[in-house]
Parts: sequence; structure tokens; C-alpha cells
Amino acid sequence: MISVAGVTKQYGSFTAVDDVTFTAAAGRVTGFLGPNGAGKSTTMRVIVGLTPPTSGAAYVLGRRFVDLPNPGLEVGVLLDASAQHAGRTGREVLTLAAQTMGLPRARVEEMLDLVSLTGDEPSRRLGDYSLGMRQRLGIAHALLGDPEVLILDEPANGLDPAGIRWMRDLLRGHADRGATVLLSSHLLHEIEVVADDLVVIGHGRIVANGAKTDLLATANIQVRTRYPDRLTDALGTAGVSYTAAGPAREGTGARPCRTLRVDADAELVGRIAHQAGVPLIELRDADGAGLEDMFLELTAATQRDTRQGAIS
Amino acid sequence: MTATATAAQDRKVHTTPHRIPLTRIVGVELRKSFDTRSGSWLLASIGIAAVVTTGAVIAWAPESEFSYGQFTLATGFPMSVILPIIAVLSITGEWSQRSGLATFTLVPRRGRVLLGKAIGAAIVAAAATVVTFAVGAVGNVVGSAMAGTPAVWDLDAADVGCFALGIMLMVFVGFGIGALIRNSPGAIVAYMIYAFVAPGLLAFLSFNQTWFRDARPWVDFKHNQDALLQGGSLTGEQWTQLAVTSVVWVALPLFVAVVRVLRTEVK
Repeated sequence: MISVAGVTKQYGSFTAVDDVTFTAAAGRVTGFLGPNGAGKSTTMRVIVGLTPPTSGAAYVLGRRFVDLPNPGLEVGVLLDASAQHAGRTGREVLTLAAQTMGLPRARVEEMLDLVSLTGDEPSRRLGDYSLGMRQRLGIAHALLGDPEVLILDEPANGLDPAGIRWMRDLLRGHADRGATVLLSSHLLHEIEVVADDLVVIGHGRIVANGAKTDLLATANIQVRTRYPDRLTDALGTAGVSYTAAGPAREGTGARPCRTLRVDADAELVGRIAHQAGVPLIELRDADGAGLEDMFLELTAATQRDTRQGAIS
Repeated sequence: MTATATAAQDRKVHTTPHRIPLTRIVGVELRKSFDTRSGSWLLASIGIAAVVTTGAVIAWAPESEFSYGQFTLATGFPMSVILPIIAVLSITGEWSQRSGLATFTLVPRRGRVLLGKAIGAAIVAAAATVVTFAVGAVGNVVGSAMAGTPAVWDLDAADVGCFALGIMLMVFVGFGIGALIRNSPGAIVAYMIYAFVAPGLLAFLSFNQTWFRDARPWVDFKHNQDALLQGGSLTGEQWTQLAVTSVVWVALPLFVAVVRVLRTEVK
């Protein structure tokens, strides 16, 4: 378990992390989301004791990280896969960590095997590694001590689709065995597929925090029809809000389709459409886009790429 | 019931591990000094430098000057370059190469990492002293045999101790500069200025300014260090000067550097 209690980090007059409080529970994958520069990495560095907070504190397994007697065996950390000496071989990086933790040498080979660094790859120097290989090595480094807490900053970075799937299954398996997994990512889809809980941060502040199912409960029905006007009239009459999704006209022919995203559950939307006599082509949970919408909406005030005049 | 049993089995049992012993940290830090290409070259260069300088003394020094002290003094010069650089890089690498992220998350008590590095550097300095005196002894035997003169053994245990102390102090100057600057090229340049540029300037100053001539031993740490490498015939006053300059040039910067390393952010 990880608990972050009122952590604030200021650099001069700039507040990178502003009174952040959340808990990552055991047996669950907690997704840490936020736009670039929102304070995700700083918060993670505070958790593992690399960055001293201006105020507040973070605890891992009930202790401050610095008080863990042999942290590698309890907490697996991957903050930046490129942050290793470029002149060391992959195997050497793991050997140093294994030696520090007091693990047998065989564990290094096991981990190299697990992350599929094969052939001469473990004997190559990190300077010659691709981003994906570094990432795999970083994951091996984090898993080396078979820790019950994992803290991973953008672990999917640079992995190929097979690698991303593999890592997702690995994190899921860890959490299912009772581990605490905290991972940050800007790949919303990745987080949405694997996370149980979400912590959304923008401009150093937490803007949403809770179970994924609760956070995505609204605005999560996608409906497609060839009679959008009749449907929107009916939805309006029923007092259900909706937004247009996708292009204004889909397909060709006399009656092109439109896709709407509706703030209601599927049953209600189906009933409204039925009463209005509107044939539907599609009625389903708006996966993926739901988190993206929520993310953009929650962090709108702090996004870099929004319109001018956004209030910080 | 089976399901709960399986779940209980799968659930990781939390046991608090034992604290990482300091000996293990020292071992890891020593390994880190030599497991890169530049590290292994630095290690090899200790032996190479000892052999090459010894050979150079045999080849070019006047035969009448062959003595054990000549050989060890000659080897002391490259050692005073190589060993502090090893000490500098052991610290700055954690920042310049960013391996500190891993190092300080595996051992979050940074003071223990620094202590491990310091002990490791001291072990390297001690080993280099042994190499210097062993190769010097061989050089002395070979050199005098080639010259047909009896070998001059002009060093005793106290001289060995002084040499080791001198080397050790240089290593800790490097250590302190590394911890203070935490950037490999910057720290190496700073050490070179300290070791090779500043002494020349101070010597120049003392030749031209009489007031500085008397003050120099109380200011110029490198001057006192070099006296150590030349053999253990320091007077009581010289020992005091060495102690004073050591506090100012080694202990104080080291203290400031360590405090900053303990508090600063590792990025």
C-alpha cells in the first residue's frame, strides 16, 4: 500500500505538486494520470524519497521509503529506464541491483528471461539499447526483488504492442496476487484497460480520484443512429444531456449516421429511443473515449494545448 | 474453501527484510567503479602507470639516483591523477549518468551509499599503494642490477604509511570535489586545477612575494600532500600544517558536499 499525505513540492515560487493526497491500495492497479508537467513524476519521486517534499509525507507499506531496510525487496521502482550508466551492460545493471538486495545471481538470468532480453542483448551496453530494450530492462530491475509494491512511471513507453500487452498482463497478475501497483501513463487507453483506480492530476493538484468504474460512470454511452434529430429531441425532452461524437455525417446515402455520447445508462437510452421510434445502429459503453473525455475535461484548465485564456 | 486457500497462498506474505549490510554496499560500490569500459581502463591504468613510470625511471633517470624512494615517488605522480579521478567518477556518475535514481532507491539512506563509496575509494587507494611499492621494489632491483650498482632501500614502514596517507588524502579531495560539483567533466577539471594549476600559481606567488613564502605551508594543501609522498620525514610543524590544510581543503568541502548530497533532489 502507498499513501501520499498532503505532499507539496515547490521550486522557488513554482508549485510542482500542490497538496496531493491519495492512496494506492493493495491488490489493485492505480493509474496515475495527468498531462505533461502535471506533477506525476515529481510525486513519484517524492514517494521513493528521491525528492524531498516541501511539506507532507508519503508512506509505502506504512513506512517512509527511507526507513525501508532493503527497499528493493519490498518496492519495485521504475522511474526512468534511461537513467542507468550507458557503459554498463544490461546484465551488469541487474547484477548490481541483485547484489545490493542480497539476491542470488540466478535471479538476474530469470528476470532477463522474463522480460525477453535474449541472445547477446544482456551483454550489450545500455548505450546501445533501444528505448524498448531499456524499458524491458527497467521492468526487470523493478521486479528483481519480487516486491509487493510496484511504482512505475510510464512503463509502456517504447514497448511494442506485444510488449504492452505482456506488461499489462504482468501488472494485472501482480495486483491479483495482492500487490500494490501504481503506474503513471499518458497512454490513456493503457491505463483504462488495466487500472482499477484512477488518480488524475493537473497542474500539481488532484482533480479526480476514485474507482475507475465510478469515475467513468457518466458520459459513457455511445449511440449511433440514422435519425439523430429525432433522437436528440427525445433526449432533450427526457432531460438527458448528450454530446456529438465523431464526424457530423458518417457514411453515404440518403441517411448518413451520427454518433452521440449520452450521459445515461444504456437501458435508459434504449427506452428513450424506443419511445421516440428511433432505430439505433449501435448502443454501447463508450470505452476509451470516455476516459479521454474525462481526462481532457478535468485537466482542461491546465492543458498546454487548450485555447488561450484558460485559467490556471 | 479451496478458493480462499489458493487466494491466501497467492497473496504475498509480508515479511520485513533485514537491513542491507554496509559490507555489501562497499562491494557494490567497488564493483561500480570498475564495471564500465572507462572504469576498467582506470583500474588497468593503475598497474600500467606503475610499470611505465618505473620503466621510465630505469631508462632515463641518472643511475646514481636509483633508490626505492625515487621509484615510488615517480609512480606517485600518475597515481595522484588516476585515483582521485576514480573517486570523482564514483560520485559524479550517479548524477551525470543518472544511475543515482536506481542507487538511491535501492539504498535510500544516501549517507550509507556515500560511506560505501568512501570505503571503496580508500580500499582502492590502499591497493594502489601496495602496487606502487611492489612495482617500485621490482624496478629498484632490476634498475640497480642493470646499472651494476647495489640497490638502495631508503624507505621504511613510516614512509609507506606516509605515502598511503598522502594518496588517501588526494582521493578524498577528489571525493569531495565530486560530491560538491556532481558533474563528471566539471569535477575532473576542478580537480586538475586544484592538483596541477593551483600549485604552480601558489609556487609562483611564493617566489615573488616574501609575505606568502612563510604563509604558503599553511595554505597550500597540495604542497603538504606532496611532502607526504616524498617520504615520512615531516617535522612537527609540517604535520600541523598538513592537519590545518587538510581541515580547510578536505574536511570542510567534504562536509558541505555530503550535507548537500543528503538533501538535494536526485533527478
